[in-house]
Amino acid sequence: MAKKNTSSPAAANARDTAVAYLHSMLMQRRFEEKSAEAYAIGKIGGFCHLYIGQEAVSTGTMAALRPDDYVITAYRDHGLALARGMTANEIMAELFGRATGCSGGKGGSMHLFERKLNFLGGHGIVGGHIPIATGVAFAISYRGGDQVCVCFFGEAAVNIGAFHEALNMASLWNLPVVFIIENNRYGMGTAISRSTAQQDVVKRAASYAMIGTSVDGQDVFAVRKEMDEAIERARKEQRPTLVEVRTTRFMGHSMSDAASGTYRSKEELDQSMQRDPIVLLKTKMLSDGMITEDDYKKMDDEAKAAAQAAWDFADASPEPSPEELFTHVLSDESTVGAANNAELAGAGR
Amino acid sequence: MTVMTYRDALNHALREELTRDESVFLMGEEVAEYNGAYKVSRGLLDEFGPKRIVDTPITELGFAGVGVGAAMAGLRPIIEFMTWNFALLALDQVVNAAAKMLYMSNGQYKMPMVFRGPNGAALQLSAQHSQAWESWLAHIPGLKVVAPGTPADAKGLLKAAIRDDNPVVVLEGEMLYNTKGEVDENPDIVIPLGKAELKREGQHCSIITSGKMVLVALQAADQLAKQGVNVDVVDLRTIRPMDVEAIATSVAKTNRAVVVEEGWEICGIGAQVVDFIQRECFDDLDAPVVRVHQADVPMPYAKNLEKLAKPDAAKTVAAVKRVMYLED
Repeated sequence: MAKKNTSSPAAANARDTAVAYLHSMLMQRRFEEKSAEAYAIGKIGGFCHLYIGQEAVSTGTMAALRPDDYVITAYRDHGLALARGMTANEIMAELFGRATGCSGGKGGSMHLFERKLNFLGGHGIVGGHIPIATGVAFAISYRGGDQVCVCFFGEAAVNIGAFHEALNMASLWNLPVVFIIENNRYGMGTAISRSTAQQDVVKRAASYAMIGTSVDGQDVFAVRKEMDEAIERARKEQRPTLVEVRTTRFMGHSMSDAASGTYRSKEELDQSMQRDPIVLLKTKMLSDGMITEDDYKKMDDEAKAAAQAAWDFADASPEPSPEELFTHVLSDESTVGAANNAELAGAGR
Repeated sequence: MTVMTYRDALNHALREELTRDESVFLMGEEVAEYNGAYKVSRGLLDEFGPKRIVDTPITELGFAGVGVGAAMAGLRPIIEFMTWNFALLALDQVVNAAAKMLYMSNGQYKMPMVFRGPNGAALQLSAQHSQAWESWLAHIPGLKVVAPGTPADAKGLLKAAIRDDNPVVVLEGEMLYNTKGEVDENPDIVIPLGKAELKREGQHCSIITSGKMVLVALQAADQLAKQGVNVDVVDLRTIRPMDVEAIATSVAKTNRAVVVEEGWEICGIGAQVVDFIQRECFDDLDAPVVRVHQADVPMPYAKNLEKLAKPDAAKTVAAVKRVMYLED
């Protein structure tokens, strides 16, 4: 790494933070590129929603959380899972439908879970997980804890009833939750102008007597600062916040649609891609003397190697055994998880 | 043993389990200050306070989801729906979240929670308030579904449901809340999920039923006994998982079966019971199985039409006579 600007502890600290952000964002980017490649040749099935372009949102938010806080999101979850600390191997193996995947190959791309990190999924029904976040915050409050639950969803989810019901209760009951709208302006192929009467989505917060803020989602430092405030508000004041993060997905909604040319023009996408969060961060770090081009290339090569290693791990991993078809349907039929399996096995069959 | 109403039996079950486990809480519309729309939660707010007896806005999907989230974070929620008709709005949480979380997460997130409330028709509440949802809910892997027909079963099954580590649907009966029966006051008594009970013994025919229809079947059994016909009444108590062994044992003895359910015919619970019977008891049967169920119409309001639509003792008696080839 470049030695410039590390004369003071504060400067060294700032550099370490920026390097960590860049590392996380590169890991997500290269992982997703590898996912696209694997999908294209049929290694990954089903739906596959890539996070490319939105990496500053995951990175800036996760950096603001404690290990014992809770994270829940929708189906565009690979980047968020990586940023939270899940390994590329266990995620790629899940995408490949292998036994070594984080959900044993039973969840797939949309249902990544990791209990050790309080990563509560990966949910496939738009808006369906927003009331669940309110419930997690209810449980925190019930126990008198000081954790926070952060809940990610796209801007199109603000039009579903679950959003309204969840935010109303979170505010009514003073629950420690941060609702994060990743506003990439398209709900699948429908532009926000065609779906949402009040396009300034953060104004919804006022309906719930809740503070609402907006932030540039391509700037990881801005995201971090905004999340620090919202998370602090949840942790210290037990007040929820609605944070709109303005971002762009550089890919299609899923692997089934082109990034541009149908519902979104090439010009619009090209313009948005001028503000690639990784390029913005890299440029700033170069100009601040935190890294050199060589440093960057080294980090990028590491991220590419990690993504390839994840592919190799997943590809070499076994499929779930046929017996796994019937495990974990109910806790008392399962072989893992419930401490009182034996007791329940007699009663529940 | 003490004689109490079905409502009080549920209330005792809630009180005992709230006392037993601090992680249990009750949430729903009007459960706290109003003491419950049907007074099942009467007195619980005073005893346990607003932290554990929680009034919600009218927001079924939302508070069902709050229950799911609370369960993921380690609590044991009891979610009350004012009726299961309103729970239709919450089905995404029941079906897509609660029932699937353990499986999707490969065993990482258990769902120790209860969804409960009155199910089926009361009196003249017409089409939108009179629906029996058993078959919809029992269709879903990952759920358990119970339908107690007596106060003792109401208490014992609700307690078992609260202690279970899976999402359990408890289908109560508005018309059952005032019915009385003997209930054991011992707080340690639970009725295991998945076990049927023979509510009455006979040798001529098996009536297989659950929930509110248990009383209907017992009435029919009384009427039939006066005519010299003695029936088994098999109360399934738990609809999923279903006690197939209890069904098969009874049908093997009587060689004839009538299935009585509150809901509609097509893809109903009775269809599933008949399937089990043809698989397990094909060589035992002396007659085709006959089903008694609601007419295949939305529930009408007019008293005479409603009576025509509902399954009842007279229809059950007629069905038993049919499978016994007796003149009506």
